[in-house]
Amino acid sequence: MSLAANLRTRLARAPASIIIMASLLGAFVLMALFAPLLAPFDPARQSLIQRLRPPGHTTAQGLTYLMGTDDLGRDLLSRVIHGARASMLVAVASVSVSLLIGSALGMLAGWRRGWIEVAIMRFVDIMLSIPAILLAVLAVAVVGPGFQTLILVLGLTRWPRYARVAYAQTLQVATLPYMRAAELAGAGGPRLLLRHILPNIAGPLLVVATAEFGLMILFEASLSFLGLGIQPPTPSWGTILSAGRQYLERAWWLTAFPGACLFLLVLSVNVLGDWLRDHLDPRSRPRG
Amino acid sequence: MLRYLLSRLLQAALTTFGVMTIVFFVMRLSGDPVLLLVPEGATREHIETVRRELGFVQPIWRQYLTFLGGLLNLELGVSVVQRVPAWDILASRIPYTLALAGAALLVAVGFGIPAGIAMAIWRGRWFERPIAALVVTGQSMPTFLSGILMIMLFAVTLRWLPSSGVDGPASVVMPAIALGMLSMSTFARMARIAVVDELSKDYVRAGLARGLPLGKVVTRHVLRNAAIPVVTIAALETGNLLAGAIIVETVFAWPGIGQLAIQAIQSRDFLVVQAIVLFVSLVYVAVNLAADLLYAGIDPRIRLGKP
Repeated sequence: MSLAANLRTRLARAPASIIIMASLLGAFVLMALFAPLLAPFDPARQSLIQRLRPPGHTTAQGLTYLMGTDDLGRDLLSRVIHGARASMLVAVASVSVSLLIGSALGMLAGWRRGWIEVAIMRFVDIMLSIPAILLAVLAVAVVGPGFQTLILVLGLTRWPRYARVAYAQTLQVATLPYMRAAELAGAGGPRLLLRHILPNIAGPLLVVATAEFGLMILFEASLSFLGLGIQPPTPSWGTILSAGRQYLERAWWLTAFPGACLFLLVLSVNVLGDWLRDHLDPRSRPRG
Repeated sequence: MLRYLLSRLLQAALTTFGVMTIVFFVMRLSGDPVLLLVPEGATREHIETVRRELGFVQPIWRQYLTFLGGLLNLELGVSVVQRVPAWDILASRIPYTLALAGAALLVAVGFGIPAGIAMAIWRGRWFERPIAALVVTGQSMPTFLSGILMIMLFAVTLRWLPSSGVDGPASVVMPAIALGMLSMSTFARMARIAVVDELSKDYVRAGLARGLPLGKVVTRHVLRNAAIPVVTIAALETGNLLAGAIIVETVFAWPGIGQLAIQAIQSRDFLVVQAIVLFVSLVYVAVNLAADLLYAGIDPRIRLGKP
């Protein structure tokens, strides 16, 4: 059974919690995709007389701020909706960058062996011995914060995890008889790697990618919270939370809404990731 | 054993050297590292003087050798902002971060490992559910968010604990929980997998068949064998705790190296930032080396180089 078909049959038998989490994640994806259509206000429009209004506040003109306003009088709901965009975009882009680099290098190391293997895997070990968030903080501080920097820094610091998995899986697959057969049939290096190895190691890589996706959302929020990620006025949950911290006693909504979104998004990704792992990796599948 | 020891030491040295190399190149990512080493708004003459003084006019390979040589002599440079050696600034903050990371490790191990063992033993029973929910919550909660929520609840509303700073042992409670939560989840998951793995082995069935109670089999035999992967995780988590301190210390105004890192970035004191990254990475390499050696002490298979 192919990977996709396998997943489809399992999804049909998934427990309610998985369905809920999948819908939640779906809602966040839609929110990110259609942010400009969904947001009731321009997320950047400030209003000095409407500062720190509580959720549900209605102005004299009949405009309602469902989640209240922030310290600059901007509509919090619109900012939270647009914040989903920043989160998703950074996570998707940085996971793609690291998945691409990591699986290419890992497969190469597992396939070619010899000095290439030693060089790549040593480099992986070294990269993994610098705590990722610290390396990201240093790189962002040197290059200067911003959207592209964030994606590149996260993408270029997180690939070793994929490389390790791709390497270990390739080593296993490369010894199987069908590989020998493909080689004898005249398949060249790139064809062997892409057509015969990649489909067989895609499952474990996908599991790493989901776990990393949740982590990248957390990293983006954390770096933005520290002022090293997305820069104002672009809305990001991390920057909203960072500003809201100064108004903890007066404006709870500035922390509660973006905080809840961040938590629910990462939770849904993690729960789905765990489920995916249990169903793709027979070793951790619960018995019975 | 000696051979294993030597090869591990050599590996750690190589890693250290690699870390230094990566930091050297990251510092040059912006194109001109001198701009990072002068105070903001420095005049052109000042920049050129610093460039000459610090040897940035030399070819890059000589700069690299000088950089490595300096590190071997434990010279981390002089802070351009405070005009004292970067190491002195760093050293005054280290005890705070160690205390915080230690307390967080205690939280993570103290809750995570029992939770993991419980989930493994009661797999599929109803009380696995609430523990599993707690673990996945810990894994999905950003440290700064749990920090802010705890401040809201315990400091602002209930007024039980100080909201920030260092004021007696009570002030470490919230930062340690916030920092330890993610690691707690990792420990719980790893302990669960390790114990589940061991429980399926023949010796467990043999023990049960001979009439030993499950509790005895677990405490006497399973935990001993399951301890090995958990020790490795503990070493890996130390690095995460030290790095996570950057965020937690900022939220709680805890005067450790994490807060120092952010302050140094804000005041553009890059030699101090560089010193912090090098320090944390080296501690990380050292802890992992120690874990591997401990490992070899526990498990003779590793010591003898057999799979």
